[in-house]
Amino acid sequence: MRLPAWLLSDRAGLALLTALTVLAIGVPALNLLLPTDHPLHLSAYTITLIGKYLCYALLAVSVDLVWGYMGILSLGHAAFFALGGYCFGMYLMRQIGARGVYGNSELPDFMVFLNWSELPWYWYGFDQFWFAALMVLIVPGLLAFVFGWFAFRSRVSGVYLSIITQALTYALMLAFFRNEMGFGGNNGLTDFKEVLGFSLHADGTRIVLFALSALALAGGYLACRWLVSTRLGRVLVAIRDSEDRARFLGYRVERVKALVFTFSAMLAGVAGALYVPQVGIINPGEFAPLNSIEAVIWVAVGGRGTLVGAVVGAVLVNYAKTWLTGALPEVWLFALGGLFVAVTLLLPRGLIALWRRREATA
Amino acid sequence: MSELISEFDAAGMHPLVEPVDASHGILLYLEDVSVTFDGFKAIDHLSLYIGDGELRCIIGPNGAGKTTMMDIITGKTKPDTGRVFFGQTIDLLKLDEPAIARAGIGRKFQRPTVIEPLTVLENLELAMSGAKRLRGLLSTRLSKAEWERIAAVLERIGLSEHGDRPAGILAHGQKQWLEIGMLLMQEPRLLLVDEPVAGMTPAEMERTAELLKSLAGEHSVVVVEHDMGFVRSIADKVTVLHQGRVLAEGRLDELQTDPTVIEVYLGVSDAQH
Ligand SMILES: Nc1ncnc2c1ncn2[C@@H]1O[C@H](COP(=O)(O)OP(=O)(O)OP(=O)(O)O)[C@@H](O)[C@H]1O
Ligand SMILES: [Mg+2]
Repeated sequence: MRLPAWLLSDRAGLALLTALTVLAIGVPALNLLLPTDHPLHLSAYTITLIGKYLCYALLAVSVDLVWGYMGILSLGHAAFFALGGYCFGMYLMRQIGARGVYGNSELPDFMVFLNWSELPWYWYGFDQFWFAALMVLIVPGLLAFVFGWFAFRSRVSGVYLSIITQALTYALMLAFFRNEMGFGGNNGLTDFKEVLGFSLHADGTRIVLFALSALALAGGYLACRWLVSTRLGRVLVAIRDSEDRARFLGYRVERVKALVFTFSAMLAGVAGALYVPQVGIINPGEFAPLNSIEAVIWVAVGGRGTLVGAVVGAVLVNYAKTWLTGALPEVWLFALGGLFVAVTLLLPRGLIALWRRREATA
Repeated sequence: MSELISEFDAAGMHPLVEPVDASHGILLYLEDVSVTFDGFKAIDHLSLYIGDGELRCIIGPNGAGKTTMMDIITGKTKPDTGRVFFGQTIDLLKLDEPAIARAGIGRKFQRPTVIEPLTVLENLELAMSGAKRLRGLLSTRLSKAEWERIAAVLERIGLSEHGDRPAGILAHGQKQWLEIGMLLMQEPRLLLVDEPVAGMTPAEMERTAELLKSLAGEHSVVVVEHDMGFVRSIADKVTVLHQGRVLAEGRLDELQTDPTVIEVYLGVSDAQH
């Protein structure tokens, strides 16, 4: 089998795909083949933690596609991530069935608690895996399309667009906090038991979810890399660097933006859907404006407009976060802010530039 | 289904705008056009006709409204009053920028605008007409015919040696030529060229003059320029714009003896230098 030229020339991308393959095989092996007391044994907890990083990395890739290539600084991408998460969470919720605290096979616990007598119409269908999986794509995609259609058509761009994306995710957060919305209010959706009949607490399920996260990240990366290597990818760069030039060449800039923004939101939705069964909860906090800003920082740290940089940034920053929030929780936000400032000033092309520079001098 | 997808209008090829009808010998009509910015009349009852295949120069002092006039023709600015027609039938005021571009009007900006991270080839490919439907957009390769079109334009703008270089590292003059090349890839009937030789060396200017002259006939070309020497070298018909209106129109040597023109433009610019 020969690799297509667009992939063959992407050395950083091939390195990333190799790393993901090694992870997808090696991590389960270190869990399954080594005895629990072996120093290299990986616990299910660690596997899930890495799986979480991979979901964040996919979110970062989706942010980089719109920001790095098309110049749209979305400060609301965590909203699409959270919506994907909620869609899949609804499925997991319905899977609990009669095993909830109230033993009601039709209604999730929080609805029984609210004295609701029947399932709201928008929960219909979510007992089916395929339906939920479809909604993971459709719900974030539809919101992104409608939002993008209006925002881009009215030629909102730059800082103003960033601000309304923040407003979007903030508004969703407030809405999801309300109990009457029917998504569990501030507790969100949790206490999941199983997915497709497999227990979420079993090591095997966690390993499969981890491997699926690696696969989704590889797939999302490949899709974005292919997209930016087509002519459409060059149109995106033209829109980023000179929107007017693209328009006067005859491109309908707002349509291109809306389409790519929608695709990116779907990727974020998939990331959220894989995230929820691994962390076991989704609540309105995931819509917090800060989450979207963090995702942008990952991309900036790794290197904007490179896709691989987004992955590197997401994994490294989140690793640092896990470590620092354990050791010195009150310092984390300052560290994050400091990191962002430092990278912007000292490494405007991100960490990936260090690698590129070495490669260039080698 | 596959046909539906291939015809899907991703980047928005309008149901193609009808072909231009220049049967009366006029390609572009501006009639009684006015536009006001915050009470300031940038274009004031302007009327202008560009013949089919003509090479026209437009001169005028800073702020005369030359760039604004191009903004109106290309749909960036909508005038308050007046009519703008492309040929007999296409009402440009009813179209937006991409539709006007696709109808056959290409525009070079006052500040050279090429996509710097892309190579010279990629810039030309980006501008290629016919590549703007989804199927074309999602391909990663050039067909032989497309490649030949690009090579021909590269040759014409004198950048054959530079096809694989990023546009950002080209010399200033080369960027201007590349942008003109991008217009040619659009296969326009009308080219609007805003200050093509600003910042060019005399040798570069000479090549640009050759290039623009070679385009006339096949295309109509409207050139806005300050440099009198350059204007003299390319155009036989010149329009002088002043305060948003046509002050005079004719051959440059006639205009240079016209007292009103000398007063508002030539005199002023001589005094400046
Ligand atoms: N969008 C706008 N809003 C407000 N005023 C504008 C706008 N565009 C142009 N103007 C004003 O209209 C007048 C005409 O500007 P224009 O750019 O068309 O002049 P020009 O003839 O191209 O000048 P130059 O030779 O300096 O390029 C100027 O006074 C300018 O300040
Ligand atoms: Mg101007």
